[in-house]
Amino acid sequence: MLTRIPAATILGFVFSTLFFLLAIFAPLVAPYGYDEVVSTGFWEPATSDFLLGTDNIGRDLLSRMIYGLQTTIWIATLATILSFTTGSILGFLAAVMGGWIDQALSRFIDLMMSIPSLIFALVILSIMPITITILIVVMGLLDATRVYRLARAVAVDINVMDYVEAAKLRGERWRWIIFREILPNSLSPLVAEMGLRFIFAVLFISTLSFLGLGIQPPQADLGGLVKENAEGLTYGIGAALYPAATIAVLAISVNLVADWILSRTSSLKGGRG
Amino acid sequence: MNDQLNYYARRAALGLISRREFIGRALALGATAATANTLLSSAVKAAGPQPGGIIRLGIQGGSTTDNLDPATAANFAATQGNLLWGEALLSLVDGGGLAGRVAESYEGSPDAKTWRFKLRDGITYSNGKPVTSDDVVATIERHAGEDTESGALGLLRDIDTVTAEDNTVVIGLKNPNADLPYYMQDYHLIIQPDGGKDDPTAAIGTGPYILKEFEAGVRSVFEKNPNYWGDYGYASTIELIVINDNTARVAALQAGQVDLIDRVPPRTAGLIDKNPNITVHSVPSSGHYVFIMHCDTAPFNNNDLRLALKHGINRQEMVDKILFGYGSAGNDTPINAAYPLYTEFEQREYDPDKAKFHFNKSGYDGSILLRTSDNSFPGAPDAAALFQQSLAAAGIKLEIKREPNDGYWSEVWNKQPFCTSYWGGRPIQDQMFSTAYLSSADWNDTRFFNDEFDKLLVTARGEVNTTKRKQIYADMGTVLRNEGGLICPMFNDFVDAQSSRIVGWKNETPGFALMNNSAPMRMWVKA
Amino acid sequence: MGLLAKLLAQRIALGLLLLFLISIFIFAGTLLLPGDVAQQILGQTATPEALANLRAKLGVNEPPIDRYLTWLGGLLTGDLGTALTSGQNINEALFRRLANTFFLAFWAAIIAVPLAIFLGLLAVRFRDRWPDKLISASTLSTISMPEFVIGYILMFILGVKLRWFSPTAVGYRPDADLLSRLDSIAIPIMVLTLVVLAHMMRMTRAAILNVMQSAYIETAELKGLSTFTVIRKHAFPNAISPVVNVVMLNLAYLVVGVVVVEVVFVYPGLGQYLVDHVTKRDIPVVQACGIIFATIYIGLNLVADLISILTNPRLRHPK
Repeated sequence: MLTRIPAATILGFVFSTLFFLLAIFAPLVAPYGYDEVVSTGFWEPATSDFLLGTDNIGRDLLSRMIYGLQTTIWIATLATILSFTTGSILGFLAAVMGGWIDQALSRFIDLMMSIPSLIFALVILSIMPITITILIVVMGLLDATRVYRLARAVAVDINVMDYVEAAKLRGERWRWIIFREILPNSLSPLVAEMGLRFIFAVLFISTLSFLGLGIQPPQADLGGLVKENAEGLTYGIGAALYPAATIAVLAISVNLVADWILSRTSSLKGGRG
Repeated sequence: MNDQLNYYARRAALGLISRREFIGRALALGATAATANTLLSSAVKAAGPQPGGIIRLGIQGGSTTDNLDPATAANFAATQGNLLWGEALLSLVDGGGLAGRVAESYEGSPDAKTWRFKLRDGITYSNGKPVTSDDVVATIERHAGEDTESGALGLLRDIDTVTAEDNTVVIGLKNPNADLPYYMQDYHLIIQPDGGKDDPTAAIGTGPYILKEFEAGVRSVFEKNPNYWGDYGYASTIELIVINDNTARVAALQAGQVDLIDRVPPRTAGLIDKNPNITVHSVPSSGHYVFIMHCDTAPFNNNDLRLALKHGINRQEMVDKILFGYGSAGNDTPINAAYPLYTEFEQREYDPDKAKFHFNKSGYDGSILLRTSDNSFPGAPDAAALFQQSLAAAGIKLEIKREPNDGYWSEVWNKQPFCTSYWGGRPIQDQMFSTAYLSSADWNDTRFFNDEFDKLLVTARGEVNTTKRKQIYADMGTVLRNEGGLICPMFNDFVDAQSSRIVGWKNETPGFALMNNSAPMRMWVKA
Repeated sequence: MGLLAKLLAQRIALGLLLLFLISIFIFAGTLLLPGDVAQQILGQTATPEALANLRAKLGVNEPPIDRYLTWLGGLLTGDLGTALTSGQNINEALFRRLANTFFLAFWAAIIAVPLAIFLGLLAVRFRDRWPDKLISASTLSTISMPEFVIGYILMFILGVKLRWFSPTAVGYRPDADLLSRLDSIAIPIMVLTLVVLAHMMRMTRAAILNVMQSAYIETAELKGLSTFTVIRKHAFPNAISPVVNVVMLNLAYLVVGVVVVEVVFVYPGLGQYLVDHVTKRDIPVVQACGIIFATIYIGLNLVADLISILTNPRLRHPK
């Protein structure tokens, strides 16, 4: 089982690794600077100088995508990790503890979710300095409310299983129950959710530019590159499709890896291997 | 062949044969499809305006927060709607100049301090009531009153007295102003019963159409006013549909959901023009995309630094890449050829050496912070990135900060020392200068305080000789261009598009979109 | 069931309390925002006097507490008040738009939810084979594009080129017949479906797979039941809770989060209405929309929790 990794997974791994490496070594790999206007034209087709052509104001699209990948992966990964740890731990805690802790946490999450995110973001924006860190924290915490609901729902079901009851009767502490019983048995939906949250985070960064948050021009993220060049689509110019395809490939690779982790988790549960 | 072709074209224009049939016959006669189309459209124009039918206008700028009070109209959709049901005293005409609407004629005293507007006889509002000179006085009072919310207040400050004499309204000014009649065509100053004092949002006016349905930010429907005094208004119904998304507006036109749209995104204009059923109209305008510096705030209080930035911008590149050629290069004054008394200056070119020279001379060596947002003008962050690159070649470091779209006009514009902005043009120099460049201007967004400039403006207002006035405006332009806080890289064209379902477009209308808002009432549906 | 009724009552009471808190939060939040309603109404070309006059007329100079209490009093009697900007009655405009929003969300959900669950089941049935891979790759690709890009592409192909459906919803009239209304929103429905499909489908697949690895499924399979029967009878019922939660999240999105689709397709829904009024700092309208959206969230969360409880293994198999 461990030795036979499916081809799709390998592909996923290869692409994910490639993307992460590109992100880390962006300045070394990119042929031009992200802000360098290299051409007097715009939206030119690919040439040997500009492998993916130029963008809407004549910058090298490939270089911008490599730098965009860097920004995107960095922010999306951190925000996803944050939303996952906070959301799932609080969700499990609520499910295992039950009673008023559950009630208080769940209603607080209801409250957070109910406030329209536009208003939420604008208020944060007006009372805090806008830095990348705050951007990540705000994104992570808003997403954590969604993860919380899922984690809690899964955990409540598992919490009443015989093996958890047995553990409780044995006198195990809540920490043991959460990490040894609930977590392994709920990984599958959570990992699937994580793969999707990652994509949502990638796209979310670009929507924040509306609020003047985060990425400052001439820097860009992948979603922002799609936006910058989207007008070309109705013009028959596919510049926006390259970054969009990159997000898709990134998403599919990450989820392929997630799928594989998912199938591996079965062995943790002592079920069928 | 030509006689036959012309005969069929006339028949098609009158609706006796279908367009498809006409094209078929034309092709059979050996004409190309393009020739046939041209022939048909000129035949249609020759046949003259046809009454009836519906014109649907897809328009940008409307919001669900709009209301019908002309005093607070602040976007293009609201303005267009108001000008269908209402009229001001005067309006701009094709090729420049003024024509009478509610007023039939006007005259000024030799010192340009007293202006008399004679109202048109026997015209009525859409509710059947006659228009009186008291209504006109009340309208001006409402817009100029102490408790007004009107956007036209700035224009009316200099008014001393407004009185009604039979069917004439007399306006007395505190200071001479040869351009006062131009103020009276402002889109806020629509004549309403009792000046709109009792019911500002009633949408009762003297316009060619009557408002039937209104849903803010969505659509409004107008029916022809059967008692309209003038000859505008051919379609029996006009539907204004708010379509704020650029791509959606173009798609709606392409699919025949609307017949006319404004603000075609320049990037797409070239493409849709290839569609045989769509015609794109591009009109040079006095609207300009600008970078504005506060002349009283460091480091911009140093004229050499300002000149360094003015020399460090590549105007033509911006016209090409931000406006896609639908515009013209600016020259660091807010005035261009769309103005009546325009004098051309030598074009200031991109010159990194000069920029470097002035920058070094200024003694400043830090980086410069520019604030921007897509809300200031479309593509502003991209324009900022281009500016950053062209300045870098001169060794000047520009830092860009993207600000929220939300609140840009209240929090950044006119508050921060250096930002991107947009100015719609004004019909005349005086209005543009006194709105934004006079020391005491309401929106002196470059903090430009220049005594010489102020004096020249006052002199110009009292000067009835146009040659002399033209020279004064040229002098003012020089001052502004060499010392002002305005970096004006480009003037945008207004790009509108229409389907072949309607005809009657005239290109002579200066400076404003949709034939200065008259397109829906001056075009007609092809029979 | 008495327990359930008690829980329901408790949750509804808590929900009302939450709504009250949310209304305070939104009110305070909008007060914190820079910029004011008068400047926003009159725009760039407003004179200082005009601004001051408009502020006085709109009553925004009154103390915030008074304004909040007036608003709350109105809310309790079912009167949402008058919009500061347009002077319109909020009830009328808001409920007309809410109906449009529900109409779009309803049809998108009717298509997306069953389709997602069906595709999820299909993916489990053919796990790791090509149908599974194909479903995953295609749904992941569609959510990788910002919704407006999918919107533009479908609008261009289906609306402008092929002319199968109206490219935009400008012809949408709430009082038109169902067929023409559906034609107006056909492309938006497709876009929304593509946007929400992946999330629900992946969750269905993952939740079922999670359960499929349990010992009792093995027993069921050993009994010789077909894969579909095992999924339908044994696995799916135990996987409902996470799926319901994700479905609920997406339904909430369909109601409150579709402003981009509304703008792109010119659909007169509640999202655009909220955004316009936030921009103009029109607090009464923002408050009203906020309360509506919060009620929808709280209601959907409540439904999801109830379904979770009803399908909880313990409740279904009491010892």
